[in-house]
Amino acid sequence: MKELKITPIKDGTVIDHITAGSALKVLRILGITGEEGYTVSVAMNVLSKKEGLKDVVKIEGRELKREEINKISLIAPRATINIIRDYSVVNKYRVEIPDILEGIVRCENPNCISNQREPIQPLLKVVSRDPLKIRCIYCGRVQSQVAKNLL
Amino acid sequence: MSFKGRDIIRIEDLKEDEIYKILDVAERMVPVARGEETSDLLYGKVLASMFFEPSTRTRLSFETAMHRLGGSVITISGQEGTSLKKGETLADTIRMAEGYSDVVVLRHPNEGAAALAAHFCSKPVINGGDGAGQHPTQTLLDLFTIRKELGEIRGKTVALVGDLRYGRTVHSLSLALARLGAKMIMVAPELIQMPSYILEEIEALGGKYEITESLERGVEEADVLYVTRIQRERFPDEEEYRKVAGSYRITKEGLEGCKEHMIIMHPLPRVDEISPEVDLTPHAKYFIQAFNGVPVRMAILSLVLGVIE
Repeated sequence: MKELKITPIKDGTVIDHITAGSALKVLRILGITGEEGYTVSVAMNVLSKKEGLKDVVKIEGRELKREEINKISLIAPRATINIIRDYSVVNKYRVEIPDILEGIVRCENPNCISNQREPIQPLLKVVSRDPLKIRCIYCGRVQSQVAKNLL
Repeated sequence: MSFKGRDIIRIEDLKEDEIYKILDVAERMVPVARGEETSDLLYGKVLASMFFEPSTRTRLSFETAMHRLGGSVITISGQEGTSLKKGETLADTIRMAEGYSDVVVLRHPNEGAAALAAHFCSKPVINGGDGAGQHPTQTLLDLFTIRKELGEIRGKTVALVGDLRYGRTVHSLSLALARLGAKMIMVAPELIQMPSYILEEIEALGGKYEITESLERGVEEADVLYVTRIQRERFPDEEEYRKVAGSYRITKEGLEGCKEHMIIMHPLPRVDEISPEVDLTPHAKYFIQAFNGVPVRMAILSLVLGVIE
């Protein structure tokens, strides 16, 4: 098996161990469209020593903040974050599911007021991490289908 | 414990002692609610009664409660003629009402509407029913009725009968009963049984329940038979609806074998689910239950407006 061929980055963020096939969703959650000017490398369905297939995203020239990163925990709970400076990992951590999800995922209840034309962001509270269960602050519905309701 | 300025959005927001506090205050309000005594407890206070969906009992009993305590009421009833119809957001409408009143009661077709209103309104907001969501003041008057008729709630067995899937009344009530230590029997066909997310919440509160399709089982075991309307539109065809609705109809004959003290409640309006002959039995408490909405709502208004501590 060939080694993964993405060149190391000098400065920026490497998101590793993303659930296979989810890299594009991760970029979408992080609000990275490609128009920002950063060099972004995406590797999908690459072989991982630990867990079969995985995705990897490298973003050059931008260090993502921890709260930004934690948003991706909903679809890539095992992702690890490496902050790179001058080709060295200066900080490494795992994503954590935040307590409150604001404007990240919509309530699954189509009749919820948060899905109507009102000047609010969807607001859901995490009530269980494993298995993941979230509760809409507005309608109170507890739900577990998170990935398909990502904004 | 202080209720002053508080919103009443979901029954789960109220702790056990807070629920009992409301019931105790409601008990004191009964003579005023009956018109046997007068009160000016809420003199000078204005209630914005905002009903964006049809309501008879909830709206009338809130407005009666306010009038009985010497307060005034401004009303929106139905979407016709209101700014909501013109496309105004609820967030904007509620901020307008906030400026005109001291307390707001809201009924709205969308779940979570009361929570949104509370977010935008600095005055207390009381949920008068939000879509298929919650109806906490109905639950409080149900609990008041159970306690008044049976002496206590803890340890009682309440059979919830009918549309448990879509009925917001039974959702709120079942969570409160779980919290207060009553046992429940969910009596409904599978199609309209209690949703799993409510059952999970009942379990999380330590509530005990059984699920059955048998009305006889409910009648036999219950201290309270809580009957709700089965709506035609929930069923794929007319025949299926008739079959189910017929088998869950409460008749005098069907009550044979029930406990002597068993009470029958219904949030009303009823259609065919309780035969009129049952009204004459000592078990029938649904009209008393409807009256109890007045003292309970008097208590809630007085507490959130801070005139009773």
